[in-house]
Amino acid sequence: MAAVGSACLFVGLLTAVFAVGASLYGARTGRRRWVDSSRRAIYALAALLVVAFGLLEAAYLTSDLSFQIVTESSSTDTPTFYKLTGLWSTQEGSLLLWGLLLSIFSSAVLYATRRRLRDIVPYATAVLGAVATFFLALSVFAESPFTVLATPPAEGNGLNPLLRHPAMMIHPPMLYSGYVGFSIPFAFAIGALVTGRTGADWIRATRRYALVAWTFLGFGIMLGALWSYSELGWGGYWAWDPVENASLMPWLVGTAFLHSVMVQEKRGMLKVWNVSLIVTTFVLALLGTFLVRSGILSSIHAFGASTLGAPFLAFIALVLVGSVVLVLARLPALRTEARLDSLVSREAVFVGNNLVLVGVCFVIFWGTFFPLISEAVTGTESSVGPPWFNRYVTPLALVLVLLSGIGPVVAWRRATPANLRRVFAVPVAVAAVALVTLLLLTPALESVPSLIMFTLVAFVLAVVGQELWRGTTARRTMTREPLPVALGRLVARNRRRYGGYTVHAGIAILFLGVAASSAFVDQRDARLVPGQTARVGDYDLTYREPTARFLDDRSGTGAPVTFGAVLDVRRRDGGQSFVLRPSRNYYAAPGADGAGGTFGRFFEGESTTEVDVRSGLRRDLWTAVQPDIGALSGAIREANRRFAGVPAEAQALILAAIVERYRRDAPPATFRTLVSPMIAWIWVGGSVALLGALLALWPTAAARSRRVTSLYAARLGRELSRA
Amino acid sequence: MDPARKRKTRAVVLLTVALLLAGALIYTSFSAATEATTPSQLVASAEPERSYELTGKVVDGSVSREGERLRFAVRDRVGQTAIPVVYEGVVPDPFREGREVIVEGRVVGGTLMADRDSLVTKCPSKFTEKQGGQG
Repeated sequence: MAAVGSACLFVGLLTAVFAVGASLYGARTGRRRWVDSSRRAIYALAALLVVAFGLLEAAYLTSDLSFQIVTESSSTDTPTFYKLTGLWSTQEGSLLLWGLLLSIFSSAVLYATRRRLRDIVPYATAVLGAVATFFLALSVFAESPFTVLATPPAEGNGLNPLLRHPAMMIHPPMLYSGYVGFSIPFAFAIGALVTGRTGADWIRATRRYALVAWTFLGFGIMLGALWSYSELGWGGYWAWDPVENASLMPWLVGTAFLHSVMVQEKRGMLKVWNVSLIVTTFVLALLGTFLVRSGILSSIHAFGASTLGAPFLAFIALVLVGSVVLVLARLPALRTEARLDSLVSREAVFVGNNLVLVGVCFVIFWGTFFPLISEAVTGTESSVGPPWFNRYVTPLALVLVLLSGIGPVVAWRRATPANLRRVFAVPVAVAAVALVTLLLLTPALESVPSLIMFTLVAFVLAVVGQELWRGTTARRTMTREPLPVALGRLVARNRRRYGGYTVHAGIAILFLGVAASSAFVDQRDARLVPGQTARVGDYDLTYREPTARFLDDRSGTGAPVTFGAVLDVRRRDGGQSFVLRPSRNYYAAPGADGAGGTFGRFFEGESTTEVDVRSGLRRDLWTAVQPDIGALSGAIREANRRFAGVPAEAQALILAAIVERYRRDAPPATFRTLVSPMIAWIWVGGSVALLGALLALWPTAAARSRRVTSLYAARLGRELSRA
Repeated sequence: MDPARKRKTRAVVLLTVALLLAGALIYTSFSAATEATTPSQLVASAEPERSYELTGKVVDGSVSREGERLRFAVRDRVGQTAIPVVYEGVVPDPFREGREVIVEGRVVGGTLMADRDSLVTKCPSKFTEKQGGQG
């Protein structure tokens, strides 16, 4: 099995190299058959990688411990969902996943463009084949997922407990789909530059892929934030950690790209900017993939020196330098077709949006790589923390939200005062009303940035609402449809536009949640014994009693021991009362004679926080508990001493007794509680943005009929020319 | 002003603003940063009232809890020079003796008084997803 898998990878590598060679040869000599062959090579590559992937998943499902990666990240008692997804928690598996997704996306775009863009496609194929070659070479020569152990162990390590959360396991495929997705427009941009066909064709052919990539990447980032909030013990969703930043940077530049290509399509401007942006996005995507598995930055993820550091950096440098040289060489072909007429125009707003997004990306880049920069400049390694990031990103985010309200409605080329009055009168009024309401009825003034953000959010939502209203009423004057039908048909016929508006609304709502939950969060840490009460925000939390469970993991992650607490919560102004049950899962340290002894090892392995949150539209009450198991150390030592040699069934009984001791003795436990106002709106806003993106992506009936008719027209043309 | 000159002026203004902002950013990053150090560096020459970021491994057997406080010692990755740390706040899930940690704080009388919630523990295995917590 492993041999078949390795063969698939090796043959895949050869296929990718062939694709590069054949497409370049075909492009140079004009021999279409070679180009077609290179395309089929990519299809073949996808098939081979699917087989390799399937073999590995089968190994995981059957817990075939002769595979090294199965032993590292799975075990016979890992729940099935985590068995299947554990593949990409390993270095080798995640590289294979990258290659697999790349080959699938490449196959899709090459199939879709098999009869179009005949000049550009061969070079795009070559670029995609080259990237695939790189990842496959890593898989074949450096980090093979098919490494077999000479003597398979009796049991695997199991999936890292911190990863046993659905969001965290879907997160990597989403991110990689995003990174891979951006390689498609990149490849076509390179093709456009090489052939000199620098019009908007390459953009139109790959626009959908760029949007798909953006959607996946954004969704992946959201999942990561959601995981941080609901699985980690600190109650936040974003820490400006290097790995978080590594995924956010390509997304920001990708967002800029999605906007600026619209200007090129409409007015033939920003050509150099667009190719530079997509090159930057792709390089940042590679950098993101690299950062997470390298040792260069001191963060949660820095593991000594990784063997992949040098090849990755070399590849990134090659891509960057090659692209820059190509752009400079083709500058004449990238001359702009039009000029910016007025600063009050949609083009100008889009340029502004781009500058802000690139600015935010620069801030994050600088802060993330600052340890390396400061070491190079001053000799000592220093780092900057979240306050520095927040200080610079916040004002830029405010400008971004403002522009997202202005952009959709301001006219192209030059907006007249009359036009401005017409489109902005209502939204500005709504924003003013919102501002006054906030000042009078809420404590929003305590945080001026939040106040400004709330006002701008009101502005953006008013713009979106106004556009929906105007479009619907305009339609109704002609068709006399009932309101919901008119709205539905309006949106269905202009999916790109209204999808985009929905995304803007979603992002605005997301920023509403971010601002409110950051500025007005109430946090309290307390060490309580049963019966004691802690106060946080408007809530009183009473530690009623401890809980202890053995082989009864409610979170579905397979933890043998769970200690927790039952908290009675009451809102101070006589409101609802409810119960929260935060807990902590304890996983056994691997190996029968691991640290802690026969029984102690159940408490010495990894442990994870199982948070309990009461979510609401107005606020979330978040709690985590840190039980003090030091009180059990005496009992554990006793058990180790006296019962080390007893059979497994008796061991289980003794362990259950130790676990029960925690519940009986009820030592004090440390609780962290947070009241985060409106934090749920972050997830709501993200979902709305996701829906907007899906709406914009959805093919319309008109587009489909256009494709069919154009196919018939082409066929007819061929017939006629032959006659 | 003819359009070409207007465009040129706009470009110059934009570039100047961008450079000024970038300059401010770069300047403040150097002054707002905390220096990364190892235990032997801190033990040898720690300035009082200065914020440091300590990286090293948790010494086996040094972890003890007193109420809300966590006490442990951090040693160099290779070597035995260790510095005691007093910490309050969230303890990340992977925290364990022998693991690599990053913690920020000030040195008072030979002990690092850590900033609240600044403890970060590095992932134990070669490649796993993000872990740990910071305030």
